[in-house]
Amino acid sequence: MFSSEVIQMLVRGIGETLYMTLASTLFGYLFGLPMGILLTISDKEGIKPNWALYKVLDVIANIVRSVPFLILLIVLIPFTRMIVGKSYGSTATIVPLVAAAVPYIARMVESSLREVDAGVIEAARSMGASTFTIVTKVLLVEARTSLIVGVTITLGTILGYSAMAGTVGGGGLGDIAIRYGYHRYEADIMAVTVVLLILLVQIFQTIGMKLSVHLDKRK
Amino acid sequence: MAQIEVRHLTKIFTSKDAKVDALKDISLEIEQGDIYGIIGMSGAGKSTLVRCLNYLEKPTKGEVLVDGKELGAMSEKELLKQRKDIAMIFQHFNLLMQKNVVDNVSFPLLIQGVKKKEARRKAKELLGIVGLEEKEQSYPAQLSGGQKQRVAIARALASDPRILLCDEATSALDPQTTASILDLLKDINQRFGITIVIITHQMSVIRKICSRVAIMAQGEIKEHGLVEEIFSHPKTREARELILKDSDGEHGDTAGRTQDRLMEAKKIRIVFSENSSFEPVIANMVLKTGRPVNILRADTKNVGGIAKGEMILGLPDDEKLQKEIEDYITERGLEIEEVTGDV
Repeated sequence: MFSSEVIQMLVRGIGETLYMTLASTLFGYLFGLPMGILLTISDKEGIKPNWALYKVLDVIANIVRSVPFLILLIVLIPFTRMIVGKSYGSTATIVPLVAAAVPYIARMVESSLREVDAGVIEAARSMGASTFTIVTKVLLVEARTSLIVGVTITLGTILGYSAMAGTVGGGGLGDIAIRYGYHRYEADIMAVTVVLLILLVQIFQTIGMKLSVHLDKRK
Repeated sequence: MAQIEVRHLTKIFTSKDAKVDALKDISLEIEQGDIYGIIGMSGAGKSTLVRCLNYLEKPTKGEVLVDGKELGAMSEKELLKQRKDIAMIFQHFNLLMQKNVVDNVSFPLLIQGVKKKEARRKAKELLGIVGLEEKEQSYPAQLSGGQKQRVAIARALASDPRILLCDEATSALDPQTTASILDLLKDINQRFGITIVIITHQMSVIRKICSRVAIMAQGEIKEHGLVEEIFSHPKTREARELILKDSDGEHGDTAGRTQDRLMEAKKIRIVFSENSSFEPVIANMVLKTGRPVNILRADTKNVGGIAKGEMILGLPDDEKLQKEIEDYITERGLEIEEVTGDV
């Protein structure tokens, strides 16, 4: 049905989309996880309340999350160029994707960690656990199923953002859908890319949920 | 020197629009090896008090001394180390739900930097003490309430504590399970000489295992002393209420109505001690005086192996007869006191 060039292009598109999504999520967690942890523990109900720190992180998260992704993409171009050396292509897209993902992930992590039973944390404190131990051995362990669900949801969101980045030369399936499907009226190619995106989200979702259920020992 | 010494402890919780005096100038001493009960209704401040004993709650004023060392003077690091000596168990067990039983029990050891293998070996040994060896691979969600509390007790013992704080540890359990957990605590107390502090709102718990008790209400200690002593001679209204409330849900309302009707009659409280509760004193008295008395309330129970009891009698209006009855009772070696409306 499609020529081999088109198929090759689609395969490359899948590859680029996966690359952008996975790399951005990974880097996103590298910064977002600590940020989420800090938000949780510095909150006034947290284990190490620190009003100033909480406020700063809270405001940063809100500001970045308020800026529409496309605007963020454009605003960050100089920064992206500084880090990657160019402002287009899949690798360059990772920079704004991570910037958008970090506060999003931080909020996801924060909400997961908040679910941990305060009694268990108190028990750990009564045993003389330090803040660090409580974070690594209680919070992250007890919240792990919720955290994995968070990763799953994040992957879906970043995938959507990466497709959006396609409009400004980010590469990947989104790029193909815009260039061929939208600008050149090749509806069949657009349909296929959309179906591929749906499949990717579906796969992430299924794997994530299976893993989280498997790791949940509460039943 | 007492093992735990609380001096003039005050705790005030301040929120945006209210100030709550959770603890008001509390002083008490708990001896090494004792089982000390702190009883009170919810909101009395007993949970706050017990959290001050390991500084999970920082008191607003006052001092807590454990083995002569003041907790308030310790650095954060010293405090974390001190907590190794003071274990705690909770009403809702507070186990790690994502870890199996043996890992839960190993947890405090891992916190102290014990090697994983050694921690597991000790955990298994402790599970033997609490009778759960065969459950070591189970997860908390698969256990009953009583079993979860046993795991929590094993976990508490892991760090070889010298003090065990129990915060309403049996309140979420049925009476039978409560009894078995209390037996286990008593056993641990005797076997390892661990001082146990029990927070509860159930007098039955105090009666079963405590040797001393403090009665708390409105953030104050109303009365404290030996359990037998408080049971036979409660001095405060709070103590009497707790003793009477114990073991019977049923005389709440009806008793209130009966009392209303008998408001005018003189009421006396008789305290039985030692063996006298097995002697039919009241029946003999009625036979002798030929006048009936109204038994408003009667309660006898076993306190630490000695029969204890009390009764509240409504006496006839006739003052001469009242004296006759009172004399008869005192002659039998029983103590009486007059009680007013709110028994």
